[in-house]
Amino acid sequence: MLNEGPEAHQRPSLKIKEINGMKKIETLEMFNINKSFQGVKANTDIKLSIGAGEILGLLGENGAGKTTLMNILYGLYQPDSGAIRINGQEISIGSPVDSRRYGIGMVHQHFMLVQNHTVSENIVLGYEMAPLLFPQHKINEKILSFSKRFHFDIDPQKKVWQLSAGEQQRIEIIKALMNGADLLILDEPTSVLTSQETNELFQNLREMQAQGHLIILISHKLDEILEICDRVTVLQKGRIVGEAATKDVDKKTLARMMIGRDIIFRIEKEPMERKNKIITVDSLVVRGDKDLRAVKNVSFEIFRNEIFGIAGVSGNGQRELVEAITGLRRIESGKIIFEGTDITNKSARHIYNTGVAHVPEERIRYGVAPGLYLYDNAILKQHHKKKYSNKLFLAYNKIRQHAQHLLSDFNVLAPSVHVQTKNLSGGNIQKLILGREISENPSLLVASHPTYGLDVGATEYLRNQLLKRRKEGGAVLLVSEDLEEIFELCDRIAIMFQGEFMGILDAYDPRLKDIGLMMAGSLRL
Amino acid sequence: MLKIKVTDRIDILPRHSFLSLVFSLAAGLLAISLIFLFSGVNPLYAIAKIFSGSFGSMYGLKETVTKAIPLILIAGGLTLAFRAKFWNIGAESQLLMGAIFGTWVGLNWGPHLPAAIIVPLMFLAGFIGGALWGLIPAILKIKFSINEVISTLMMNYICNEFMTLLIVGPWRGKTKFGFPYTDDLPLSAILSLIPGSRIHYATLLVAVVTVIMLGIAVYKTRFGYEVRVIGENPDAAKYSGIDFFKTTLIIMAISGGAAGLAGIGEVAGIHHYLSYPESISSGYGYTAIIVAWLAKLNPFYVILSAFFFAGILVGGDAIQISLGLPAATVQIFNGTLLVFLIMGDFFLKNQLTFQWRPKRN
Repeated sequence: MLNEGPEAHQRPSLKIKEINGMKKIETLEMFNINKSFQGVKANTDIKLSIGAGEILGLLGENGAGKTTLMNILYGLYQPDSGAIRINGQEISIGSPVDSRRYGIGMVHQHFMLVQNHTVSENIVLGYEMAPLLFPQHKINEKILSFSKRFHFDIDPQKKVWQLSAGEQQRIEIIKALMNGADLLILDEPTSVLTSQETNELFQNLREMQAQGHLIILISHKLDEILEICDRVTVLQKGRIVGEAATKDVDKKTLARMMIGRDIIFRIEKEPMERKNKIITVDSLVVRGDKDLRAVKNVSFEIFRNEIFGIAGVSGNGQRELVEAITGLRRIESGKIIFEGTDITNKSARHIYNTGVAHVPEERIRYGVAPGLYLYDNAILKQHHKKKYSNKLFLAYNKIRQHAQHLLSDFNVLAPSVHVQTKNLSGGNIQKLILGREISENPSLLVASHPTYGLDVGATEYLRNQLLKRRKEGGAVLLVSEDLEEIFELCDRIAIMFQGEFMGILDAYDPRLKDIGLMMAGSLRL
Repeated sequence: MLKIKVTDRIDILPRHSFLSLVFSLAAGLLAISLIFLFSGVNPLYAIAKIFSGSFGSMYGLKETVTKAIPLILIAGGLTLAFRAKFWNIGAESQLLMGAIFGTWVGLNWGPHLPAAIIVPLMFLAGFIGGALWGLIPAILKIKFSINEVISTLMMNYICNEFMTLLIVGPWRGKTKFGFPYTDDLPLSAILSLIPGSRIHYATLLVAVVTVIMLGIAVYKTRFGYEVRVIGENPDAAKYSGIDFFKTTLIIMAISGGAAGLAGIGEVAGIHHYLSYPESISSGYGYTAIIVAWLAKLNPFYVILSAFFFAGILVGGDAIQISLGLPAATVQIFNGTLLVFLIMGDFFLKNQLTFQWRPKRN
């Protein structure tokens, strides 16, 4: 399949380079790069080099400056000082248009796609070789030939909002390759992939490496860095704190470099008895945005002192299932019984009041009103409750007190409760949301991708909080694509594929070794 | 090549807001001066004339207060809608619907009822008229995803023609010698004025009470909280269990209703009968958009900004007469100020950095 590969992405790249009189990238160096935002240093004296056929890992916690550095290389930011050299020749990258012409492509963590446009319309944005007239046909053909070569399954006519995160990432990669990228920057590429998809991605990357491409991989996952990268550069607070060939280091050393302390890789989980049933979901059928059945006949139960995990690639009905349980989406048929009462198709507020809390996916889109103050967001779902308001008025004194408590109880780093919520980092927003959701001591906590994109510290904290809920007698429904997270936390694991459960397994079931197959739909128990 | 970078400004202090307000008004006045210059008028003289015409004399002040009444009411209602990011451009016709409903009550029931009963009834009818007219675009938006800017704007035209139809058709007054006016309201339905002015104080009182209640509603109540959450992030509102449909309906009923109050106030206080829609509404529904914006969508500030813009309306009349400028001058004046206010808002909320970069070869 991949023997066509070399021409596949060199043909277009050569053409573009010919226009600009550029050669293929052999080496790239970043030299003494400095960048600060409103007085805060994001990058200090960073030196970096990468050669053809090399995969360089860029490791660091959230806010370590990895993305800033790569955005400089991609032309989104201008460095305050420092130089970038390609093949020894100093260049200036004023914008992503420039970087593309030099053969640099980037796949962002948050995809830069126009949701209402089709795949091909998105790819054609910024694509310099699109024919002037009636480009659709040609472009579609090209996309199909590219996706065939790289074994991506993509329908160019589909609208982006219809695609899962994994599929959207593939569009971004194809887009970069079609624009002739020699150097590909991938920002946390595996955070949206299953282990199987991750392996496929890595295979593709190795192919590209063999053909002399340069790849920079931003990650905070140590295993990945060790598996795929040749060398690794570790950033901490905007400075380089370590560089090594991956064959010379192990996980522990890297972790210590990254956060300056040892982290526990196993969260201790004590066994708990499973006896009191909290929720019964019976033959649930839910339609998705495309009006197709997104959840087909799903049944399960969750007990007190239990974390029930749903593993699977996103876009297989997890979102619709969660929305149905939390009252945000209509249920076509089936029943949800929560602590003995029927909550099928009840309003979101009713369900919340009955004892189902919800940490939503895409925390900034659903979980908070970013322009309002922290204390406003601290009561987003409780503002109608007696302790914060009577029929008419809100008790702002109590609300501010409550917010203050949330900040200290859940380690939210914020100057005060009087700041706009959008000024907090993702980790702190997530801690605030989690604190708000569990402060009412709900019987069931539904958590969708709770640690997506968070740094190691925040992830560890949130996971421990979930275990604490379990210990205190709460039940947790955890939807995650992060298998490490699922294995670490869950008592039972359901694997979801195309709206159905392929199986529900105990955490110690040996059959879990085939979880990848189940996630891909090729094995059903 | 000059590069301009736009980034969010993190901490905005009250004095920054105030400075941005002062600067945008100053810059707006400067731009307006240029327009005056082009039409051959000394800008300093014209601007001085505008403000002396409105605030410089007792007569001007009284007229300014008179024109501030409908602006306070409408803009107060608009602050609520705009906070929820419901762009209600239809206050003009919500005002007219209020006038139509209120006038009907006044004409039909007024002759048999004392003022103490008929006046509150007319205000109630005015509120209901404006509210119903405001509810239609709200329902269209939520149930059918129809953009409210288009629907509210189009409904202005519908209402205009409907009102014209009424006054030339079934409602044409028997005492008006064939002119397209309704009959005068009966005496009990006409609001009394502060002597020597056109200030119908009953409406003024209603207006001030309305914005104070709105202010309390926005900042202190559950309803106001829900309005702000909807405006900031509709997805989060849905997630948090706020009833989007119900809340939006209430918002638009209040916003339209407040404009309706202004409408019946204008008829019962000033005109005493319905005539052509343009002369009843006088563009208050559009001016109020700017008033609400100048007040930073704070209902309490609406009183001040309504007074300011009422002054410009009155002063505009004054320079039309004394300098012979066209009637559109005031609209240009207001429009220019709005543009600068919005620009001021942009500079307040965003930080710009400039960078010179040598051109690449």
